[in-house]
This record gives sequence, C-alpha cells and structure tokens, in this order.
Amino acid sequence: MISRTKMPELDATIRNKNFEEVALGYDLKQVKMEASRCLDCKNPRCVTACPVNIDIPRFIKLILEDKFEDAYCTIYQDNILPAVCGRVCPQEKQCEGACVLGIKFESVSIGALERFLGDFSLKNNFFKKEIIEENHHKIAIIGSGPAGLACAASIRRMGYSVDVYEALHEFGGVLKYGIPEFRLPKSIVDTEIIRLENLGIRFHKNVIIGKTLTIDQLFNEYDYKAIFIGSGAGLPSSLGIKGENLNGVYYANEFLTRVNLMKANNFPHSNTPVKTGDNVAVVGGGNVAMDAARTAKRLGAKKVYIVYRRNMESLPARLEEIHHAIEEGIEFRLLLNPVEIIGEAYEIKQIKCQIMVLGEKDSSGRQKPVPTNNYEIIDVDNLIIAIGQSPNPIIKNSTANLKVDDWGRIVVDDYQTSIPGVFAGGDIVTGAATVILAMGAGKEAAIRMDSYVKTL
Amino acid sequence: MTYMYKILNKIELNIDVDLMVIEAPLVAKNTKPGNFVIIRVDKSGERIPLTIVENDSNSITIISQKVGYSTKMLGRKNIGDYLEDVVGPLGVPAHIKAVKNLVAIAGGVGAAPLYPQLKAYNDQGTEIDLIIGASNKEHLILLDKFKAIIKNLYICTDDGSMGEKGFVTKVLEKLLSEKTYDQAIAIGPLIMMKNVVKINKNYNLKTDVSLNPIMIDGTGMCGNCRVSIGGKVFFACVDGPDFPGEEIDFDELIERQKYYKNEEHICNLMLGEKK
Repeated sequence: MISRTKMPELDATIRNKNFEEVALGYDLKQVKMEASRCLDCKNPRCVTACPVNIDIPRFIKLILEDKFEDAYCTIYQDNILPAVCGRVCPQEKQCEGACVLGIKFESVSIGALERFLGDFSLKNNFFKKEIIEENHHKIAIIGSGPAGLACAASIRRMGYSVDVYEALHEFGGVLKYGIPEFRLPKSIVDTEIIRLENLGIRFHKNVIIGKTLTIDQLFNEYDYKAIFIGSGAGLPSSLGIKGENLNGVYYANEFLTRVNLMKANNFPHSNTPVKTGDNVAVVGGGNVAMDAARTAKRLGAKKVYIVYRRNMESLPARLEEIHHAIEEGIEFRLLLNPVEIIGEAYEIKQIKCQIMVLGEKDSSGRQKPVPTNNYEIIDVDNLIIAIGQSPNPIIKNSTANLKVDDWGRIVVDDYQTSIPGVFAGGDIVTGAATVILAMGAGKEAAIRMDSYVKTL
Repeated sequence: MTYMYKILNKIELNIDVDLMVIEAPLVAKNTKPGNFVIIRVDKSGERIPLTIVENDSNSITIISQKVGYSTKMLGRKNIGDYLEDVVGPLGVPAHIKAVKNLVAIAGGVGAAPLYPQLKAYNDQGTEIDLIIGASNKEHLILLDKFKAIIKNLYICTDDGSMGEKGFVTKVLEKLLSEKTYDQAIAIGPLIMMKNVVKINKNYNLKTDVSLNPIMIDGTGMCGNCRVSIGGKVFFACVDGPDFPGEEIDFDELIERQKYYKNEEHICNLMLGEKK
C-alpha cells in the first residue's frame, strides 16, 4: 500500500512572515498517485459522511481516467465551491474520517483531490455550461456567504430570477472577512462570485436587510416570491471578565476583519490599520482562534499564545490548522482560563488565568476542565477573544413574527421560518458551524423554496 | 440595481467642515433621526461612520470635519464625484421623548448630528433652548437652520469671536441656575459631553448623548465600538449611537478613541503624495 501523498507547503519560517497560501496543492503526478489509493468501496462511507453527499468514488475514478472536466462536474453537481471546500472543510471529521483506508492505514486525501479539481476549473476557465429556462419568479437571498451562495446557485438553476443582498462592500461573507488569505486566497472567492454572476445571479453590495430594506419591503415593493436568510453568525461572544474594553483587546471578528476584508496588512496603502504588539494571546481553541493567532504572527508578533481551558486533544480546530500553527511557532498554553485582563492607563498589560485540571468526561465526550486555586499571569500587548460567534440580530430585531430561540437562532421547520415564504439556513439557524454545512443548508432550502413558490 | 453614490451637492461650511448631499435612494427612504451611514471614499478606504443630517426621497446629507486622513480624502471629493460605498441607515433611531422643554448643547461639528433630533423635537412641539459652541465664529455651523426651529439660541466661542467667550458648560450652568428643563441632549466632543452630563446630574437633569467611536462594519459584528455603560458593555453601532449619558464611562471612550493615533499620523503623511 502506498502512503498518503503529502501536499507541498510553504516553509513554515518563510510563510509565517507573509500572507501567501500555505498549502500549495497537488501537481498532476501527485493527484494521480493519491487518486489511485481509493479502494472504490461498494458502499462508500465517504459519501454518507459528506454533508452534501458528493459522489466521491466517481470523481476519483474520473481523475484516474484523466477526465478532469467530468470529475469537476461530478463535484459541482452537489457543491458549487470545490476550490473553497477542498481548502476549508474539516475532512478528517467528514469524508476522510469515514474512509475505510483510514481504519488500519491512512485515509485518501479527498479534500486535496477536490481542491485540485476546483483549481483545475479556475485555472483553465472550465465550467459547466448550463441552459437555464427562466420562470421569472423573483427570489431574494440575504447574505453572500456559503449558505447564500449555495442557495442562490441551486435556485437559479431551477429558473428563478435571483438577487443576493450583502451588507458589506465585498461578496463572500465569512469567506472574505473571516478566513485569512493564507488559508483561502480571496481571488478564488471573487472568481467563483463572477461565475455565479455569469449564471445570471445579481449581487448587491451595501444592502443590510432589516435596515436598508426590510423583509416587508422585499415582499411588498419588490415582489419577491420567497426569501432565504443566510446572514450567518456574526456577533462575537464576550468573555464577560474585567478589562475587556481595554485598548489592545480585540474580538477575533474585529482583528480578522481588519486584516482579511480591510487589508490592514497593507497599511498604510490600505487605510485601515491594525495594531499588534510583541506578545499576543488568543483565547479559544477553534479554527477562528488558529486563524487569529497565525495572522498575529504574520503581522510581526514575536510571541503568540493560544490560551485554551482544555487540553490539546480537545481543541475543536481542524487538525491541519493546529499542525500549521505549531509549525509556525504558535505556543499552546493549555488548561488556562482567563479570569481578568489587567491594564494600565486603559491599555492591556497582562492576563490573569486560572489554572485548570482535567476532570470527568462531559457531554461532549471531552474531559471537563476543573478550576484550581492557582493562577498564572501572562504579559501581553494584545488579547484576541475567539470563543465563538452567535447569530446577528439585525433581521430578527426588524422583523416582527420572525421566531428565534434563546440563542437568537432562527427557528425553522424544514428550512421554513415562522413567516410564510421566508426560509433560512446556515449559521443563522445552527449557530457557528462550517462552510460545508451552511452550503448544504442553502442547497436544501432551495428545493423547499421551489416547492413553496409552486403552491402560490 | 447597483447603486452609485454620487455627490449631488457640496458646501464648504468652513475651512474644516464640508456638507455633502449624496445620492443613496435606498438609505434615504428608510432614514429616521439619529441614523448614520458608513462610507468608504475609495477602494483602499476605511469604513467611517457619519450621521445622516437630512434626507429626502433620493439623497442623504452628511457633514464631516476633515480631521483625519479618511475625512480629508472625503473632503477632496467634489460635486459629480462618486463615493465607493455608502451603507445604512444604521443604528437605533433617536428616542424623541415627549417633553415640554429641552436644553440642547452642541459642540463644534456635533451640531450636525444634533440637528435632525432637534428638528424632530420641534416638530412635536417641544420648546428648545440651544447652546451652540465652537472654537471660533467660522466653526459655528448650521446657525441658520437652527434659528428656523429654535426659540432661544445661545452662542459661545472659545475665542469670543461670536457670542459669549468660553465653553458651552459656562452658559449651561447659567441657564440651569435660572430655569428648569425636562430633558437635555448634548452632542459634541467626548470631553464636552462628559462635562455636560456631570453638570446636569447636579440638577437632576437627564442627558441624552450621541457617540461616534471607531467602527468597521457598523452592524454589530466587530465590536470595536464597544462602550461601558453602568458596568455593562454596549455596541454603539447597534445599541446606539444615542445613549443616556449618566452611566457612560467617558474616560474609557476617550482613550479608546486615541488607540490608532500614531497610525492616523502615518496616513496623514501620505496626503502629500496623494493628489
């Protein structure tokens, strides 16, 4: 059995000083080698484990037959953004986690193969030509992140006239403001958006639904037959401890938006600044925490710490990102829980952390962190809070009768909200999750919207 | 339906302050007093919040002081030019209270965000005393507009070039010793609002203020604009920008406003090369 083909990467000591993409992708030889490892199982567990059920064995077989265009189309049928998902999906928990080869050996690098096909399509300007039969019914999509894009593409292909409304000045949602350039180059997102425009989808920037236009206006003044809300989980969670408003304390959202969307790494030519001192602590253990830590390092911080209240095994981030962070010199300060931010003249100087020990397993199956009476003080110039996001309340606050739960998540029954004709999916329904789950929700919601409009 | 944000009119109110009328029909239609917009002058620009001073069915009026790099770049735009981005109306509309009489305090360019609120107060029949202050005569703005809706106008300047010489607080103390008000509203520099609130507290007079901290998205996403009020954290962009002034930690806000001072300076150095 040949071993899993490692994807080439930029050297860690070089890449932690720039914003270039870390993982470089397979070349033709590598992609064939890796594809040849697939056992082509009779009952492919990888397909079931994929949130959008891509026919993985089929596209791999097509790669082996040199039919790259057909292979790309196989993915595109279920996932319109292979170049994105090949990069950011937590494959080890999905397709690759289910791969039979992984039981005794190493799973097929399915994500890398998917990425290859996505990049192949972008590089060669190959896309599936589709003839759309117009039905002239209007659909509004709120938010141009993964959920909105997937919903827009699916429902457009059914013949609807589709408008996507985006609050920010660029399209892509979290793909633009959240995920850093070194993990997902923004040019990929832009090219995918252009393709969707070519499909006939209209994109409108600077429109905040709930402010610039209301749901009522969309129905009454603009004559939309159905609306999809995919406004994501944009509201940062706070630690709720003393000192959170000191200068030098960021929510990860602010820190990453300054760099990813506003390009603060090119300051002053990009006019939005970001300030990073020598010592930066990031509290949290998810992908956003890894992104923030690696971004801080690239901006010139000498020491960057991940401060997390559980142990290494409990980190919720993708394994690959944790490895990358370690390689780039991010230090993991585990079993520490910040309890106070100490400052001087309104500027952060230190964080006081309670030392935790591992207790019994909790409902998540991880060992629960139990506080001790001991504390550790860390000197820092910045603290970046990356402990989660919750749904943005703007639409809820401006829309009477839109039912949400105690966490502000829109309540749906099969993607249908409490308002007839209004559907929702992605993080606004589930709370912060993954790109692919949001895309799956957008795609499914499109099918429900189509049946709904047909009953009108 | 892609909108271009065309500058329909521009009036230089004084050497530092411009008024601009910008075509933005969607924003204009839903605007209420107290709402603001976030604008980006060009593709490399910052997102900066500015209060909507007036609106009609097609356009909004903003007033900006050319104090930092981005507002200086905005000031270089002229009638017929386009802005890269204008998004809004943002924030919670001002809570216009049903009061009989009101004392309003405007400091410098703070007169601009104050105007739509006083207009709303005047429309409901509230009697308004306005104290308006600036560094000098040239920096007093919107005087004619205020005169049209306000009974008693008290002007003061730091250098005495118009009205009384001194700060607005001096006039306020005098008025409060002679008269009682149901409500106060103050918009201006943070230090002015802080001092006004302090004085009014002595007279048991409630003061509404409007905050203008650093923002990025303006939709509650980044949290840069957070402000401590009575020990709780609020976001000025979605919870404000107007708040009751009594419990605001002004000192913290003043320091937060200064965090990027050096970066502002670096940007300003570019103004020479960017023509």
